[in-house]
Amino acid sequence: MRSILLVAFASGAPLALAAGTEVRIGMQLEPPNLDPTGGAAAAIDEVVYANVFEGLTRFGPDGSVLPGLASEWSAEQGGRYYVFALRDGVTFHDGAEFSAEDVVFSLDRARADDSTNAQKALFANIERIDIIDRTTVEIHLAEPSGDLPFNLAWGDAIMLDEASAADAATKPIGTGPFRFERWVQGDRVELVRFDDYWGEPAALAKVTFKFISEPTAAFSAMMAGDLDAFPVFPAPENLAQFEADPRFTVSVGSTEGETILAMNNAKPPLDDVRVRRAIAKAIDRQDIIDGAMFGYGTPIGTHFAPHNPAYVDLVEQSAHDPEGAKALLEEAGVTDLTLSLKLPPPAYARRGGEIIAAQLRQVGIRTEIENLEWAQWLEQVFKGRDFDLTIVSHTEPMDLNIYARPDYYFQYDDADFQALMASFATETDADERQRILAEAQHKLADDQVNAYLFQLAKTGVTVTGLQGLWENAPTQANDMTGVGWSE
Amino acid sequence: MLVWLAGRLVSLVATLLAASAVVFLVIEVVPGDPAAYMLGMNASEQTVAALRTELGLDRSGIARYLDWIGGWLQGDFGTSYTYRTPIVDMVAERITVSLPLALLALSLAVALAFPAALFAASRRGGGADAGVMGLTQLGIAVPNFWFAMLLVLLFSIKLRWLPSGGFPGWEAGIGAALTALLLPAIALALPQASILTRVMRSSLIDALGEDYLRTARAKGLSSGAALWGHALRNAMIPVLTIIGLQFSFLLAGAIIIENVFYLPGLGRLVFQAISSRDLVVVESVVMLLVAAVVLVTFLVDVAYAWVDPRLRTR
Amino acid sequence: MSLRSLLPGLVLVCLVLGAALLSFAWTPYDVTKLVIADRLQTPSMTHWLGTDHFGRDILSMLMVGARTSLAVALVAVGIGVGLGVPLGLTAAARHGGALDELIMRTNDLVFAFPALVIAILITAVFGPSALNAIIAIGIFNVPVFARLTRGAALSLWTREFILAARVAGKGAVRISLEHVLPNLSNLLIVQATIQFSLGILAEAGLSYVGLGAQPPIPSWGRMLAESQTLVTLAPHVALFPGLAIVASVLGLNLLGDALRDWLDPRLRHAR
Repeated sequence: MRSILLVAFASGAPLALAAGTEVRIGMQLEPPNLDPTGGAAAAIDEVVYANVFEGLTRFGPDGSVLPGLASEWSAEQGGRYYVFALRDGVTFHDGAEFSAEDVVFSLDRARADDSTNAQKALFANIERIDIIDRTTVEIHLAEPSGDLPFNLAWGDAIMLDEASAADAATKPIGTGPFRFERWVQGDRVELVRFDDYWGEPAALAKVTFKFISEPTAAFSAMMAGDLDAFPVFPAPENLAQFEADPRFTVSVGSTEGETILAMNNAKPPLDDVRVRRAIAKAIDRQDIIDGAMFGYGTPIGTHFAPHNPAYVDLVEQSAHDPEGAKALLEEAGVTDLTLSLKLPPPAYARRGGEIIAAQLRQVGIRTEIENLEWAQWLEQVFKGRDFDLTIVSHTEPMDLNIYARPDYYFQYDDADFQALMASFATETDADERQRILAEAQHKLADDQVNAYLFQLAKTGVTVTGLQGLWENAPTQANDMTGVGWSE
Repeated sequence: MLVWLAGRLVSLVATLLAASAVVFLVIEVVPGDPAAYMLGMNASEQTVAALRTELGLDRSGIARYLDWIGGWLQGDFGTSYTYRTPIVDMVAERITVSLPLALLALSLAVALAFPAALFAASRRGGGADAGVMGLTQLGIAVPNFWFAMLLVLLFSIKLRWLPSGGFPGWEAGIGAALTALLLPAIALALPQASILTRVMRSSLIDALGEDYLRTARAKGLSSGAALWGHALRNAMIPVLTIIGLQFSFLLAGAIIIENVFYLPGLGRLVFQAISSRDLVVVESVVMLLVAAVVLVTFLVDVAYAWVDPRLRTR
Repeated sequence: MSLRSLLPGLVLVCLVLGAALLSFAWTPYDVTKLVIADRLQTPSMTHWLGTDHFGRDILSMLMVGARTSLAVALVAVGIGVGLGVPLGLTAAARHGGALDELIMRTNDLVFAFPALVIAILITAVFGPSALNAIIAIGIFNVPVFARLTRGAALSLWTREFILAARVAGKGAVRISLEHVLPNLSNLLIVQATIQFSLGILAEAGLSYVGLGAQPPIPSWGRMLAESQTLVTLAPHVALFPGLAIVASVLGLNLLGDALRDWLDPRLRHAR
């Protein structure tokens, strides 16, 4: 535990940074509100996570779980309950003191019956929270689990003060190194340095998040000098131009986004594994990565992130093989197949979809493309399961257990897999966890639940000289605590 | 006159009510649940249902319609589902961008069209006239979003004279704000100026041919004086109608341009609201735009009738 | 003025129409084949207008895209004429009555609605497609033709030959169809060309925001949208679809002007 703390401190140490400086960060989507516990939009976390709000634990740039408002913790009784030691002298932006009561309030609020927290499952296992003293809490679980510190690092688990929680959507009051200044809806959010922060003060005096949804506009804004950074630059085709320009630096990292061609496993003929395998074989991953993402992205063979140490490389199992695909289709007795391909807005889906449609046509499968807005996609595909094929990127870390939910939109219902995931949830031995993960990956690849395309890359553009932005996205956030201008 | 006016007012209110019913119905039919959109993929059915109750989405259509209309009469346009702020505040903020943009575009269009039309009308039938008409034909044929693309390429990226978009806010100073609106206004103004030039020219030529003008010239007024003094004034009437219509079109029709230049205006608000199924916002803003058009038409009608009593009978 | 606009107008329209019709039989390349390796090539002997980001031949895309633009605009005009003209005739025949009032009020109502916003809404309700684009554009053509027809028909109804027909006992419907309509045809043809060119612009706009014909059907507006981020890399991808739109709209407008001069001499003096 101590070694982790040391590493954390070392990696968080600021460089020789100019004080009193500002930064303008570009984002594609504007958050609908600023309360990460009340909605699912990643954009909310991208603005407030680690900047305005903090939780008991937090994610580091490499995905590791680091201390947040809790300076240390320990698991007791094999993970049956945890003791968290809270930091002292922490204040909210409105001056209120942070203490154990706020922990109880925040977690109870999240797991309440009428809570609108989008990740309620994270808190489902919590039975009760005991206040030992002002800076110590005990969290008791219904079932022993090793996941609690990880779960508490999510943006949905950040700490709020009861007095200011009701207005969190429009006036977020947290404990972070930046406090909320203003939100010009449709345009930008402004944060300023919080001088009474409990930890190392931020190097930046002001951070402005500007919302630019059009990829062209994003490009123009960077080129024209209207922005200092665009951490998730939406148009990979322009990256070469930024790389060639000494004014800018391009960083290519990884995300937790497994981009998949999801197939409706409950709808014939997609319920036949041979048909699904045929579709997977018809796909040339590299063509999609090149055509849709201009070369940025890593091929995956199963639903797991390649940068994760437990990853098993199963790409070859479903390598591009049109002849093999045709043979499988014949074997399954499928001729003259037409499938609906519903695509949400992102480029990986729209462009990737067109490429996949052409590849499927080569093996005799016709597709009807329908471009949908997110609201329609959620309604038709996600809730209504009215689709054959769709392309989407699942960006939550360690989200294998979506395959253990038979009512999840692609409707994979396999008792063996469900049992596997159940055993993983209660397993605390590291080697055994690794083994289970490997088995799960093999199963998902063998059953070809979906066609696994590539891991989404995090391509960010910054003005040369701006340091400290995360290269990878273990969680969707723009942690500005270690960001500043170099001399 | 008063009787006529009263009749027109009743008609106005009836139109607005009918429009509100249509707007509400059309938007209610739109599938897609704002609560599901806000909570995303991982939320449970329970959570979504809780949010729907919180937003008041589970009440009947009639109840919500009456609430909405009632609210309008009190100046309350409802509360946005996604932003959780009063719509009247959101609209007020966005209008500070859309209204100046529309006015600026219109001013540019008029500034371009007037001299062009006068020039063409006075040299009617000649090569210069044909030249102007040819240019206007081109102006009408160019899609304004394509024109915007080319403008940004030249003035923002290559020359770096003007920002590529965004709006710094009026607090940043009139100069900075107007600079941000300049390229979008130019993109919007091009087709409008072309249409306006043609209408003005046509109207001027008509007016110039009128009998009373021949009389004026016979009395000794020079051609130039005839043009300025009489023809212009009479030619203005149909032109003013067009300008009025163009203004209401610009408020709503700038959606695409607002997106291209990422301006926080009404058009982009509606666009985003449709995407996120924030139906209350869509209803209220569409209603606002409809009301604007209906009002402008009404005012123009009144102006005409006041000037020309013959128009007071339908 | 008439011949000056007729010739270039005719040339442009024939070019676009010709390309669209030819595309049914032949295009230089198959627009459904994606060759990523060949992407973003500038115009050359192998690809006369270059290739797009998927390696598709731009000339072929423009030819097939012409089909979409012309078809959508044409059918939308058809809707406008098919619904608007009967409505206008009816309103004129029943001038002053409740039906006339109803039709005119509804007309004004539709005019008051912001067209683009409603078009976006319609496609949000029914999904994006060429068909829904046609409906969305067509709806706003109806009041244009209704108002035009009614206005012109009203002035015809006072003419002597109509009065003669009424005295002879002919009903309103027969009169409308046999006497009024034929005399309106010139006006309608001219307006139809105007609405046609507006329809092409509208389809381009809707496709640009993703609400028109869906992939893999090529569409000029969508080509422009997709080319936006590439405009600094490969400007030709943004240039040619835009020029295609300008050419079609310009050609139709010029043709319309020439038609108006030719068909309706009364209007000539106003030019």
